[in-house]
Amino acid sequence: MMDLGPHAIFIIWAYVGVVVAVFALICAVRIDARRVARRLAALEAQGLRRRSDAP
Amino acid sequence: MSIDSKSRQGWFSRIAHPGQFAAWTQPLLWPLVGITTVLFGVGLYFAFFNSPQDYQMGETVRIMYVHVPNAWLSQFVYVIMAVSALGTLVWRHPLADVSMKAAAPLGAVFTALALYTGALWGRPTWGTFWEWDGRMTSTLVLLLIYLGIIALWRAFDDQLRAARVIAVFTLVGAVNIPIIKFSVDWWSTLHQPASVFRAGGPTMPPSILIPLFLMFFAFTFLFLVLHLKAMHTEIRRRRAMGLERRAAGALA
Amino acid sequence: MSAFGTVLGRELKLAARGGGDVLTLVLFFVMVGVIVPFAIGPDKTTLSRLAPAIVWIAAFLSMLLGLDRLFRADHEDGTLILLRQADLPFSAIIGAKVIAHWLLTALPLIIASPLLAIMLAMDVATLGRAVVSLLIGTPALVALGAIGAAVTVSIRGGGLIAPVLILPMAIPVLIFGVGAISTGVGADQSGAALLFLAAISLMAVALAPFVAALAIKWGED
Repeated sequence: MMDLGPHAIFIIWAYVGVVVAVFALICAVRIDARRVARRLAALEAQGLRRRSDAP
Repeated sequence: MSIDSKSRQGWFSRIAHPGQFAAWTQPLLWPLVGITTVLFGVGLYFAFFNSPQDYQMGETVRIMYVHVPNAWLSQFVYVIMAVSALGTLVWRHPLADVSMKAAAPLGAVFTALALYTGALWGRPTWGTFWEWDGRMTSTLVLLLIYLGIIALWRAFDDQLRAARVIAVFTLVGAVNIPIIKFSVDWWSTLHQPASVFRAGGPTMPPSILIPLFLMFFAFTFLFLVLHLKAMHTEIRRRRAMGLERRAAGALA
Repeated sequence: MSAFGTVLGRELKLAARGGGDVLTLVLFFVMVGVIVPFAIGPDKTTLSRLAPAIVWIAAFLSMLLGLDRLFRADHEDGTLILLRQADLPFSAIIGAKVIAHWLLTALPLIIASPLLAIMLAMDVATLGRAVVSLLIGTPALVALGAIGAAVTVSIRGGGLIAPVLILPMAIPVLIFGVGAISTGVGADQSGAALLFLAAISLMAVALAPFVAALAIKWGED
């Protein structure tokens, strides 16, 4: 690993914070997507269809 | 839903059907994820291993590579929201509602990150985590506005009605944010005659600009990917809510 | 008298019959000013240095407190829907309501502000500037508040969310409002601040009725 100088701690924490936040954001978006997909699948399994999706 | 290729409408009207929009953009998602990953990989490599330290700021210049893209996104996302708000108000474009709603939490996170990295950059360079200077203060106000808009989205039950009302408020914000920026600048120069910023500063050498540009595009593509994904989710959520309403109506 | 005057008169009459609200608001305004010295100590020089800021914060909080009564009652009993059927453009009706709201919530505060000035050890010149700055700045606060109230009127229990929306938007008013009173450290900027305040006020008052009318129309149907 390279030498980040006397302020290494700030650089590391900046990147760690950004990585954690971006990772959390990606997870939140994916979890939300999965939950909604499951909810939609459950509804369609009950036989509900949109008017525009003609059988 | 499959792509409707028989329609002879223009693309603008065709993507007005949310299902069609989702079908059209679904194949774009994974290539965009790939581009984003590559950009981050190359950008981080340049940021840490292939760029010199700044002669004034030393190694802390590396914080800039995450700070500047987030600061840019904090404003860019609001522009996206304001354009979508226009789409809602002028054309009543159904996708504009979805885009507006999906962008708000992303904008809030990027703005918070801009503040966080700014504070960590400020400590070694200015000697303080928080300085009430114009740029940091107006970014903070922008974050508050994002949070207000998110709170507003959560407060409404009827999402169609919410979209139009929030579009009005988003545009009020778009008019007001430059005024806030100006007033905050005026205020900070009044209260601290000696500016903490170097005026102008030397132009950046290419060795610093290359990682900056790479990270800039990496974060922008990250936003595009997440925005697209969140829009798809929102479209599906609306479809599910519509089905639930119809099911409830059939029971009644 | 024109329809505009009728709406204005109705608001004032309702407030006069309702009684207490205006007095309560003034009481709140004065109370904020009374409470602050307990927090920062009775030192006269500190108080008079902070007085412009305290007066404006007190005005800010009282305006936010009164925000919800602007449209809420009329929305809940259906009056707003009736008013939309009137010959007068809806934005003009909103304009009348905003003017009435200013007369009922801002003007009493300005009249009560000398009381605060005495307690906060303001000198006469500063008091004069404070009154002028409040006179010019509060219309902008009321106009922004009207937008916030209009946006949240169709939310059940939306009374809390309007201040959260409006506070960041109103920061320029606070900055220039206080700037127009205190003379600052360097060169005297209070004149420039007053002009900026007037510009913001004029713009907000000119745009707010249309924006608020739009938000109410689209929030209701």
